[in-house]
Amino acid sequence: MDPHIQHLYEMLSKVQGYIFPNELDLQWGILIVVYPFITGLVAGAFILASLERVFNVKELKPTYQIALLTALSFLLVATLPLISHLSQPQRAYEIMITPHSSSAMAIFGFVYLWYLMVVLLLEIWFDYRESMVVWSNSNKGIMKWVYRILTLGLSDISPETVRWDKRLGYFITIIGIPSAFILHGYVGFIFGSIKANPWWSTPLMPIIFLFSAMVSGIALVMFIFMVISYIRKQPIEMKVLDTIGRYLFFILILDFTLEGLDQIHRIYESDESFEIIKLLVSGKLYLTLFISQGLFGTLIPLIILAFLQFYRRAISIRKTLYLVVSILVLIGVYSMRWNVVIGGQLFSKSFSGFTSFKLGLIGLDGTLMALFWLLLPIGILAFLLWLLPPWKMVERKE
Amino acid sequence: MEYEKVKPSRRKFLKSAALIAGTAIGFKSLNSSRYLLFAAEPNDKNLPWYGIVIDIEKCIGCGKCAKSCKIENDVPQEPFFFRTWVEQYTVKNDGSVNIMSPNGGIDGFEQQVPDGEIFKSFFVPKMCNHCSKSPCSQVCPVGATFESPEGVVLIDEKYCIGCRYCVQACPYGCRFIHPVKKVANKCTFCYHRLKKNLDPVCMEVCPTGARMYGNLKDRNSKIVKFLKEHTTQVLRPHLNTGSKLYYNALHSEVK
Repeated sequence: MDPHIQHLYEMLSKVQGYIFPNELDLQWGILIVVYPFITGLVAGAFILASLERVFNVKELKPTYQIALLTALSFLLVATLPLISHLSQPQRAYEIMITPHSSSAMAIFGFVYLWYLMVVLLLEIWFDYRESMVVWSNSNKGIMKWVYRILTLGLSDISPETVRWDKRLGYFITIIGIPSAFILHGYVGFIFGSIKANPWWSTPLMPIIFLFSAMVSGIALVMFIFMVISYIRKQPIEMKVLDTIGRYLFFILILDFTLEGLDQIHRIYESDESFEIIKLLVSGKLYLTLFISQGLFGTLIPLIILAFLQFYRRAISIRKTLYLVVSILVLIGVYSMRWNVVIGGQLFSKSFSGFTSFKLGLIGLDGTLMALFWLLLPIGILAFLLWLLPPWKMVERKE
Repeated sequence: MEYEKVKPSRRKFLKSAALIAGTAIGFKSLNSSRYLLFAAEPNDKNLPWYGIVIDIEKCIGCGKCAKSCKIENDVPQEPFFFRTWVEQYTVKNDGSVNIMSPNGGIDGFEQQVPDGEIFKSFFVPKMCNHCSKSPCSQVCPVGATFESPEGVVLIDEKYCIGCRYCVQACPYGCRFIHPVKKVANKCTFCYHRLKKNLDPVCMEVCPTGARMYGNLKDRNSKIVKFLKEHTTQVLRPHLNTGSKLYYNALHSEVK
């Protein structure tokens, strides 16, 4: 018997209450959990980078390039779990050449390409061009040519040209901020616009996705910054950590408030779906919603971050706490994606019962594959940091 | 006092030109809201615009419709893939509702609630509602799901990329991913039969005539007459899906 059919027969015994017969087959698995998580990291990391550039937050300078390269590494992978999830992946290009104008999903390719080609790649290129020219001149052999190709042959590094690089880079960052908002707000819209599903259908969804994206991206850059400093045996600048921590604290408060508002609104309105959703959150989602997302992913980090706002003594304790916070927040946002994507499919649209989700280990839709998609960007980032080390960039006095 | 007649200046001309142009662009962009609002309309005068009536009072829960549909349309036999199925609702004396649809009703039903506890019980056949503002067509990223000129929601199997967004978007649970073809699948209203002037198979086999269909545009058709004489309701009216499947004697417990 086909393993999928066998799996469905297994699931049949786990149905609670009544579900429509077609609902037993849960359509979106862990890959669709990973996808908004990854795009969220991209948008969040980019917004953190923009803080330095546009709003001139000087303390964040050491994280600027790291944040940009992190965003690029994750963006390069973002589509892969999506495409591998399609049951006809060889037709994926149709979404680009014959997009359906009324479909929210159809815009994906364009939002993605805009963000990758126009925003991230250009911004990084303008930022690194001068350094790449210098590296190309100082290197020998193949690396000389690699850098020369990367500069696209534009090797003019006169002060006037470099000033233009900076100006254009700044301009792209300004375009980039709304683009990052669109990129992830849009992912939220994909879920928020499904009126058939009361767990998803809320106009707050894009905003919640956006703020949780910022939270996760900032936490990731914080984590990566600490790891890189550790690997490079460089002392971590506490000023940088404290600044990232402060932003993380404020945005986490906003994120928590928005998600709280969504739930309070849901409870107070208590429409036809209220009873089934109450059962959902107190049953199948209890662990991932209240414990993983709420307690470990939000409340504990909030308390620690609040504490760190005035606790300024032992550096080692602060470092450890920041490390713990960044990991907890990442787990929390991942759980949030899980609760949205999987949670929204566990209850029947008849509002009368639940289906079940069993996560496999192997296979295209299994844990290992999801882990691979989450780790691949880290590998790409390591490569990019080796190719374009931010700490070896040419510094020019203004 | 003497007034000087104001000549229409160039500025005024430009102003009104800009106003007209602005209004035109405004209307144009209003029109573009069609990209966001998805609605099919009966545009072809020569073609019917199909609607369906299911009379709950007539359904005896024999499951012939679900069985014949699977045979006619090559729907996988496993009990998780249905283009149409029958639900049995049993409302107990304490107000709780027991819903079941074992194998979509194909093998018949066995009442599990003891007679003494039953307040009322009835059958509800389900199938694609062939909505005119169908959420599934709206979300399809490549337009593989579309509405035929007769108002039948269809899928182009050679075009579907299998993203499953339509399955999520259907509030009625009428779609599934075909386990062999690996594309979205649903009731086609037996379009292949309609084109040969045959009735959809579920309508043909129903022994009590609980299912009926017809041309909603034709004021003299049987279905329009039925809709005029009976109090009917669509499922989930608040979702504004433009459902064209009307239920007669629909109980409030039905979701």
